[in-house]
Amino acid sequence: MSPISASPKRALFYAIPIAVVLFFLPLLIEPYQVTLLEYGLIFAIAALGFNLLLGYTGLLSFGHSAYFGMGAYAVAFIVKYLNITSMEVFLLGGALASAAVAALFGFLCVRYTRIFFGILTMALSQVLWSLAFKFYWVTGGTDGLRVPTPSLLGVTIPQGEEKMMFLAHRYYYYVLVIFFLSAAAMWLIVHSPFGKALQAIRDNETRAEFVGVQVWHYRWVAFLVSGIYTGLAGTLWVPLNGLTTPDILHWTFSGKIVFFTVLGGFQTFMGPIIGGVVYNYLETYAVGHTVYWQMVLGVVLVLLVLVLPAGIAGTAGRLMLRLRKAA
Amino acid sequence: MDDLLVHLLNALLYASVLFLIAGGLSLIYGVMRIVNLAHGNLYAVGAYATAWTMGRVLGTGQPSLMLYLLLPVGAVTAAALGAVIEPTLLRPLYKRAEEYQLLITFGLLLILEDLLRFVFGPYPLSASGLYETVGSLSIGDSVYPGYNLVVILVGGIAAAVLWALIYRTKFGVILRATSQDKRMASALGVNVNRVYLEAFTLGCFMAGLGGAIIVPQQGAVLGMGVDALILAFVVVVIGGLGSLEGALLGALMVGIVREFGIAFFPEVELAILYFMAAVVLLIRPAGLFGHA
Repeated sequence: MSPISASPKRALFYAIPIAVVLFFLPLLIEPYQVTLLEYGLIFAIAALGFNLLLGYTGLLSFGHSAYFGMGAYAVAFIVKYLNITSMEVFLLGGALASAAVAALFGFLCVRYTRIFFGILTMALSQVLWSLAFKFYWVTGGTDGLRVPTPSLLGVTIPQGEEKMMFLAHRYYYYVLVIFFLSAAAMWLIVHSPFGKALQAIRDNETRAEFVGVQVWHYRWVAFLVSGIYTGLAGTLWVPLNGLTTPDILHWTFSGKIVFFTVLGGFQTFMGPIIGGVVYNYLETYAVGHTVYWQMVLGVVLVLLVLVLPAGIAGTAGRLMLRLRKAA
Repeated sequence: MDDLLVHLLNALLYASVLFLIAGGLSLIYGVMRIVNLAHGNLYAVGAYATAWTMGRVLGTGQPSLMLYLLLPVGAVTAAALGAVIEPTLLRPLYKRAEEYQLLITFGLLLILEDLLRFVFGPYPLSASGLYETVGSLSIGDSVYPGYNLVVILVGGIAAAVLWALIYRTKFGVILRATSQDKRMASALGVNVNRVYLEAFTLGCFMAGLGGAIIVPQQGAVLGMGVDALILAFVVVVIGGLGSLEGALLGALMVGIVREFGIAFFPEVELAILYFMAAVVLLIRPAGLFGHA
């Protein structure tokens, strides 16, 4: 992948300033802006997981809404049927639910590549969507299911504190910590021998098989990890949103996940993270300013594909490289 | 028995429209190897354009025969749109990775969705004028709308014309040659760019025609394209991407399963369709009629 962040030192060199900024930012900006950033970080986790498949394994999934949705609906079911509101239980439940679905779907999908992989993942995710849509007595149908503000490490929302403040402060740091843990884990994964094997599969499946990589098995593990990441993002997303609806299981939501990964640049490690955050601002801004927000997003996507296929991170990396050469 | 006949006719009605949408999708994939995620929106364009035009004409007291002549308006509008989209947005991408082709059509989907809202407004359009002029016939105890038979008829004629076009004309030979081996066809003097443009336009025409013939019965609403696309996907996956026979068989299967699904087990009707598609992909990835 890109020469940037190839060594742990290099990665920390970039990560520490970002961590410091993200740590102090809530003190400087309004609570609403903090929640926007939270959404962005959550999308970034989903995109990190998604990109393990697209960027590193060369598989374009159009069904990642399934895992995001499983992460979110698992939380809603834990609240509805077990009456538990602990965030740690949510995370465990969300991870298990998305892992179970990803393990099954992955098992079915990894034998295929290219367009067949895309359509198969899409068809399977649509099965979940239609179930969530039709079994309204379980899932609430299009009304969805409400999710209350959870307790974090046993600490519930203090008496008299506004929900918004809780979400913009304590919950922000909770999300931030999980974000950094996920990003660090993903960095280790893609730079491990396992990650290298995935990239070998992406670049040349036949050769990878010849040197002894068990292609389907590796792809399945990558699929599983990818699904759990996206599921965790769904789990973190739902208390913030307060509600889960079948929309997040629909294939167009999968399209959004693809969109922000490509927006950031899927050929770099940082790309999906940048893409998740930027996309969220872009969508919020577009929705807030015009009813034709889909058109705005569509035009951005078309221009991106035609003019900046390397995405934000890829283009920035290339510019830096060119500047360095010129200097 | 009469119930069964009504269900079968409804299944054929679905199948006719689905064949037009999925056939276009499949044709485009077969020739150009592009999966057009915005294809459902072209179907919606056909529906909106026809409904809008009929709305203009209906007030002027034209005879109902005039309304039939308006059906192609939607198809021609969608085809014209396709003829603009292919050279401007798709042509630069043929040499790029598949991911980008999918993404640009996804971007197009978002744009067209809002373009319809912008041009025709956020409210549903109706073209029930034509639906009502046909009247109805009685099947046993139940009354069946005659317009549905018109839709089935148009679907059948379209399938026949398309078959003749692909297998009995020079244009069809060139189309099939390009689909099989683009470089060889090009070496033999086929203008591949032109064939791509024609194939894409024809595919869009079919989607638009599907929208145009169903709109008197169902009306045009925002979001109809996205819903139709996913059903068209199920059809082409079952029949085989790139195969017209497959699209026809797939459309019939989906039409039947859907009609009986809605009648007998409405909760899982959609899930069964997606599940069917997934099972076919697993057993025969290229579809029932496809060539891997």
